[in-house]
Amino acid sequence: MNTPNRAADPAESENGSAGYGPWRLALRRFLRNRVAVAFLVLFFLIVAFVLAAPLWAEHVAHTGPNETHTLQKLHVNGEVREVVTPEGKPIGPQWFGADGKFFLGADSRLGRDEMVRLMYGGRTSLFIGFVSGLITTFLAVVLGLLAGYYRGWVDAVIARTLDVLWSLPVLLIGIAIGTASAIGGIGIGPLHLEGGSIWIPIFIISIFYMPYVARPIRGEVLSLGEKEFVEASIAQGAGPLRVMFGELLPNLASTIVVFFALNIANNMLFEAALSFLGAGVQPPNSSWGTMISIGEELLTTQPLLAIIPGVMIMLTVLSLNIVGDGLRDALDPRSKVRFEAKTGIAEPEGASI
Amino acid sequence: MLRFIARRLVGMVLVLFVVSLIVFLIFNVIPNSPPAQRLAGKNATPTLVKSIEEEWGFDESLPKQYVTMMKKVFTGELIQYSPRVPVDDRIKEGIPATLSLSIGAGIIWLAFGLLLGYLAAIRAGGWLDRTLTGVAVAGISIPVFLLAPVLIYFLTYKLEIFPNGGYVGWTEDPWEWLQHMILPWFTLAVLSIGFYSRVLRSNMLDVMNEDYVRTARAKGLSERKVMSRHVLRNSLIPITTLFGLDFGATIAGTAIITEVLFNIEGIGLYAAESIGKLELPPIMGITLYGAFFVVFINALVDIAYAYLDPRVRLGSTAR
Repeated sequence: MNTPNRAADPAESENGSAGYGPWRLALRRFLRNRVAVAFLVLFFLIVAFVLAAPLWAEHVAHTGPNETHTLQKLHVNGEVREVVTPEGKPIGPQWFGADGKFFLGADSRLGRDEMVRLMYGGRTSLFIGFVSGLITTFLAVVLGLLAGYYRGWVDAVIARTLDVLWSLPVLLIGIAIGTASAIGGIGIGPLHLEGGSIWIPIFIISIFYMPYVARPIRGEVLSLGEKEFVEASIAQGAGPLRVMFGELLPNLASTIVVFFALNIANNMLFEAALSFLGAGVQPPNSSWGTMISIGEELLTTQPLLAIIPGVMIMLTVLSLNIVGDGLRDALDPRSKVRFEAKTGIAEPEGASI
Repeated sequence: MLRFIARRLVGMVLVLFVVSLIVFLIFNVIPNSPPAQRLAGKNATPTLVKSIEEEWGFDESLPKQYVTMMKKVFTGELIQYSPRVPVDDRIKEGIPATLSLSIGAGIIWLAFGLLLGYLAAIRAGGWLDRTLTGVAVAGISIPVFLLAPVLIYFLTYKLEIFPNGGYVGWTEDPWEWLQHMILPWFTLAVLSIGFYSRVLRSNMLDVMNEDYVRTARAKGLSERKVMSRHVLRNSLIPITTLFGLDFGATIAGTAIITEVLFNIEGIGLYAAESIGKLELPPIMGITLYGAFFVVFINALVDIAYAYLDPRVRLGSTAR
């Protein structure tokens, strides 16, 4: 449906720039979308922010994400202050008052540097979102191709499996797996995951968010399979692998790119929810989700501890969602019509993803 | 219609079986530690572990273990071990709070979502329409665990408008109940309002192009009547489905987090406490009940959909 080739069709290439390939045209369309470009820049800034974690930790904060400073004193503008008061109240944001130490204050009665944790926690959150996005998309594409190409009972089995996975309450099942394997880890045949490792939430997210990507891809493969170029390829003697990866996959590329961006956003929200409830990322690792649940206990006195990681999640997810929408508009120009229907133009039948 | 219902119910039973199997695998097969040890909890004595192992028959074959587990959950024999309380009792205690939260929030998001979506559709392209697009994108990006702390901090601690968390039964004191629920309701609902208004809007724009709408206009009905009688009514059918699915998903999902954030003593808070203590029996019970509830609601939704839209049960769009 979203064949990139279609954009090169002279009837639809709106600029009359016939010499450009579909990806080039899509890039141009994307760059014209100011909002999407702005949020893409924001997303890169967030990635740069979390990648800079070791630099900040070593050269500015002089501490690690899990180092406690319970009994330490801090020199702030010539005054000496306790990192954690005897009542267990952590110090608030110091900004540059202590040369960047405790920039956002301490996280709890343990007196860990909130800024350092925010940067390292963001690494965990983004890493989980990204890696589970890769796994989810890979599984979804393989299953979608198999189901859509072979049809018949293969499709029936895959479609039913996806239906069941889809109808499960994801968060509850995630909690169940997270808690049941918190101590001993997971062992399914050759797959072994240590208890408390961040691969457990990745495993949970990858499996249970797969249907959200696999179902639309399967649908698209089913409709692509009807097209003449597939028939032509089969007539030329192409085998299943050749048809699936040589003919169908390139036509899915734009859908995959869009879903990948949106999937990372959803994964990060899910990871945060799991970690917030204590069933995702396990201590001493931190993620934005676990930071919110720690910070929430001090909401009255230090509201920023819960709010800042939340804002970080929101900004990341928002930028991914907007970039994803922008990519969809750029790669499939017809969808722009239905997103910005100014005069009540209806969605084309079956065009919604 | 009866045949459709029968077919759907058979499908539901099959899915329930598969779901119970998945839950069994999650608790008894996938994890990599002795199951009795896990069920007993963090600080269990060896005697307790031993007795649990016998009680649950962990030395027997997997099918037998499956039967034992299902029997325990559905006859209410499931108990948590520290302190020793039947899981069912705790779940029953939590039901009123959980339902108050989810139903109230559901009503709010449906009412506002439909109202705004209707207004946006009849003035497609207007300022309300464009604002709602923004709200919808923000809605899917703002997590409850950001919205709730912000609202609690400003409205509860700073302005002291709302009471600080907790739950008061509505039979005890309806006014207190309302005051305690407004903020959680709003938190849970606001994120869906944008989305629902977008869905209704796009449904209505779709329906406006249908032949029967042209017919209605041609026979001289007023624009208002065309909109409310013909366009809106037909656009509501897909919303019924969506709402059913989301309602189930909310109870078994976001409501848990909302209960924790607002300290509402419902099933979700019970689940969260059990996670903290690594206590598995409550989580086993809640997961199974929750998954069954969701599957059941999904079947009901399908049946309602078939009832509302005859095209489905007559098979033209049936799977």
